[in-house]
Amino acid sequence: MHTSPEALMAIIGMALATIAIKAGGLLLADRLPRYGFAAAWLRHIPGAVLAALVAPALVTGSMAEVFAAAATGLVFVLSRNLFASMATGVLTVYLMRIWLG
Amino acid sequence: MSHAVDSHKTQFLAGARACVPVAISVAAYGLVWGVLARGTGLSLLEAIMMSGLVFAGAAQFVALDLWTASPASLPIGALVLAALIVNLRYLLLTATLRPLYRRDQLGRGALSMYLVTDENWAMTVAAMARGGGSVAFLMGGGVLAWVSWMSTNLIGYGLGSTIDDPSRWGLDFAFTATFLALLLGMWRGKGDILPWLVAALAAIATAQHVEGNWHILVGGLAGSLAGAVLEVRKHAHVS
Repeated sequence: MHTSPEALMAIIGMALATIAIKAGGLLLADRLPRYGFAAAWLRHIPGAVLAALVAPALVTGSMAEVFAAAATGLVFVLSRNLFASMATGVLTVYLMRIWLG
Repeated sequence: MSHAVDSHKTQFLAGARACVPVAISVAAYGLVWGVLARGTGLSLLEAIMMSGLVFAGAAQFVALDLWTASPASLPIGALVLAALIVNLRYLLLTATLRPLYRRDQLGRGALSMYLVTDENWAMTVAAMARGGGSVAFLMGGGVLAWVSWMSTNLIGYGLGSTIDDPSRWGLDFAFTATFLALLLGMWRGKGDILPWLVAALAAIATAQHVEGNWHILVGGLAGSLAGAVLEVRKHAHVS
């Protein structure tokens, strides 16, 4: 259990930078008007961010990821169950990677 | 009063439960980070402090790239700057959580943003889209993610040996699969096609040219702005 002043400074600096960014988004949103363009923009962020999170993984992935994504989507549309969809996706990707080598 | 406490507790537990699917993927990467942290030369105390205080997976992996075994050559400025840049996407994420807080709660709300991760953010905005979601729900998922991240970091550090890549077990796909299902659950009609398509294309183009997770920020910005322009123009047309 040891550390150095340099490491301590780096870690605390990283922690402060991270919380400043996270708190910054919330506080900046408070400054935005509750109507019109800004409100519409905030409403569209969740879907856009999720699409941006998912899309590159599917395009740069192999056939295994594409099949697994299709299976995940199908199970979710049929069951609306998040855990079942996730488990299907992981199992499909696991089996497909073994099968495809 | 006790009713309010009850519903806080219920919400907290509901938030934690909602995050279980992604906590599995958090745990897999937590294990890997712990192993790598030991290999990079972080002391146990340093690993605990970094996971506990910084609590941001991507930033912590980048930090291991920059870390040096000798304190004198530690690039402190670069480490802090990297944390700032890698976490920029959180500006977008936490902005969407504004409706959860009353105006007089914003100070405390800013501090509670410490527990926001990609995982509990996504679950909370999905709950908000269904008319639910609360600060307690957000915190429940955040605490689960924190415990999952911290404990697997320590286990990985303790194991120390080379752990297989999570992708060997398909665990790397848990994140993608869950977020894909969440995205499908947010579908509200044809108005979503264009913003989602713009977000996806911008993210794909960015991911192909820039390393790290810039694609989340660029795609999220491009898609949400496209959605807002479309919506405002449509309203202008009607009136």
